[in-house]
Amino acid sequence: MTRMTSLSATQRFHAYANPTRFMALSGVLLAPLWAVTLLLIGAGLWFALVASPPDYQQGDTVRIMYVHVPSAWLAMFGYSIMAVASAVALIFRHPLADLCAKSAAPIGASFTFLALVTGSLWGQPMWGTWWEWDARLTSVLILFFLYLGYIALWATIEEPTRAARAAAVLALVGAVNIPIIRYSVVWWNTLHQPASVFRMDGPTIAPSMLLPLMLMALGFTLFFVTLLLVRMRAEILRRRVRALRLAQAASGAEG
Amino acid sequence: MTTSELRLAAHDLACLRGGRLVFEGLSFAVARGEALVLTGANGSGKSSLLRQIAGLLEIAHGTIALEGGDSERTIGEQVHYVGHLDALKPSMNVAETLRFWTEYLGGGRNEAAVAHALDAFALASLADLPVGYLSAGQRRRLSLARVLAVPRPLWLLDEPTVALDAANTARLLDLMNVHLVSGGLIVAATHLDLGLVPARMLRLGEEVAA
Amino acid sequence: MRRAFLALLLRDLRLAARLGGGGGMAVFFFLVVVAIVPLGIGPDKALLSLIAPGMLWVALLLAALLTLDRLFQADFEDGSLDLLSMGALPLELVAVAKALGHWLTTGLPLVVVAPVLGLLLNLPVASFPALLLAMLAGTPALSFLGAIGAALTVGVRRGGLLASLLVLPFYIPVLIFGVGAAEAASAGFEGDAGVQSLLFLGAVTLGSFVLGPVGAAAALRANLR
Repeated sequence: MTRMTSLSATQRFHAYANPTRFMALSGVLLAPLWAVTLLLIGAGLWFALVASPPDYQQGDTVRIMYVHVPSAWLAMFGYSIMAVASAVALIFRHPLADLCAKSAAPIGASFTFLALVTGSLWGQPMWGTWWEWDARLTSVLILFFLYLGYIALWATIEEPTRAARAAAVLALVGAVNIPIIRYSVVWWNTLHQPASVFRMDGPTIAPSMLLPLMLMALGFTLFFVTLLLVRMRAEILRRRVRALRLAQAASGAEG
Repeated sequence: MTTSELRLAAHDLACLRGGRLVFEGLSFAVARGEALVLTGANGSGKSSLLRQIAGLLEIAHGTIALEGGDSERTIGEQVHYVGHLDALKPSMNVAETLRFWTEYLGGGRNEAAVAHALDAFALASLADLPVGYLSAGQRRRLSLARVLAVPRPLWLLDEPTVALDAANTARLLDLMNVHLVSGGLIVAATHLDLGLVPARMLRLGEEVAA
Repeated sequence: MRRAFLALLLRDLRLAARLGGGGGMAVFFFLVVVAIVPLGIGPDKALLSLIAPGMLWVALLLAALLTLDRLFQADFEDGSLDLLSMGALPLELVAVAKALGHWLTTGLPLVVVAPVLGLLLNLPVASFPALLLAMLAGTPALSFLGAIGAALTVGVRRGGLLASLLVLPFYIPVLIFGVGAAEAASAGFEGDAGVQSLLFLGAVTLGSFVLGPVGAAAALRANLR
């Protein structure tokens, strides 16, 4: 997979991305990551479900937001990670980039699904419908399809290096969708409410709601990162198993 | 099975493939403990004849009978056919594959037979390995292993030594000889001298050399 | 014979679980087809809910067609089909095992996700039970009738497309009665129309249990020899 030419800078770059070193480093990081993730999500949930007031318009249904909004952020965050990792994989042939993109896809797809489901549960009491074909919802649904297509492509092409190349191209092409989702609410002013946290003129959301939201967002992000590391480790181990099995088949050729 | 007088008899066989007459007027018989080795140029109909016996190819003219066999069953159910295709699934492991074919082909859930067949073809150490990792020779041996796992009197082997190295070819010949000694029948298409003790040759392709 | 049948069915389920190809891909396709409908005709909710039962059935049919070519083709290509015909199990029962495996790994998942897609098309929630019942009754016929098309085109290059064309006419009764049952429920009237469609659907499926395997086995015999 790596090109053995005289690109010394690239080689040094690869040394840091050495899977063995990655395994060691991530092995040390995992336990504290899990701890902080659980702590943040736990605290976030307590504030979100117990300690924050119900919305004056929406009542208790507003609490869905504390799961919905972070999920939706991570849906896009996951795709961005995938796209960046794919670009790195294509350009620098970085050995971990493929792994990263491949591992990020199912996690991102899960958060996208979570965002869609929680949005649907939220929409039913608020808009009186489970689903609305407005710009934001449609573009997130398309994002979900992009994830699924990416996963399907990996699953279909058997030769890993070829699968990685093709999937990377697909991920980059699909990245066009990310800005469309981000600005869909602005460009087409439809049912879905516009952003209320990251705005030029400061957040339009009450501080009592902002705190649990930020806690949840941070917790979810760390959850994403932790899962990503777990999946990347699993993927590295899977490739080692594959190599061992090939060796086993080769050694079993005689006797 | 009244194997005492088991005999494969073909009478006045003809084979048509895609409108072309591959062979005609072919008659032969194979008795217990005998092997029939088919030779002949490419396209002379060795594989077609084996498939006809197995019931996998239409018999254009003539008859094939397994005399003294089980009249309730087709010939196909009483023979083993190992052709060019190995009928293996990459995602199943070696033992699973053989276990499935043993059960499907009527050998029941017989772990001992499976283990014995894997052992005989030196595949025991690979039992847990998915088939996708196997080399061509290993696939071939796994494909052959089912003829040991399920007892059937007649083996139809199409170029059985392809992809096998010298050691494994010798192993296969041993097993074939054991099958013959214990009263089995073999029809094999091959270019190699198999060194089977009671072998008769049938050279195809000269009758319709035109 | 029962043992061979179970062994074959289990093998197919195991292969489907490991490859994850067919069923998952069909569900994905189902999802995409349903999702592009509102994009094509516009998000008018009243209109969507009117055409929802029909669209769901059409999309489900297409998704099922998509997976048909793998029903016998993989076993044909690697020589397994030769061996499958040399056991004690008649080809008819081989076809039953394959079709049943296909339904369990493709038809059933499609039925399971159908309600979610119903939400996307604004299908009234009250009509979900009827839709699910109709799909449960109708989808086995798709696998069993589809087996005929798959068997006819086994060994044909680009056989998947041909199989779809051959099988589609046989799917029409399923479509008509399936939509009938779902529409009767979604229109809200209780009673005869819906139940009648459902009964017809059951009859089509029961018929396909006989016609499918017999036809598929005959086609396989013609193609194999």
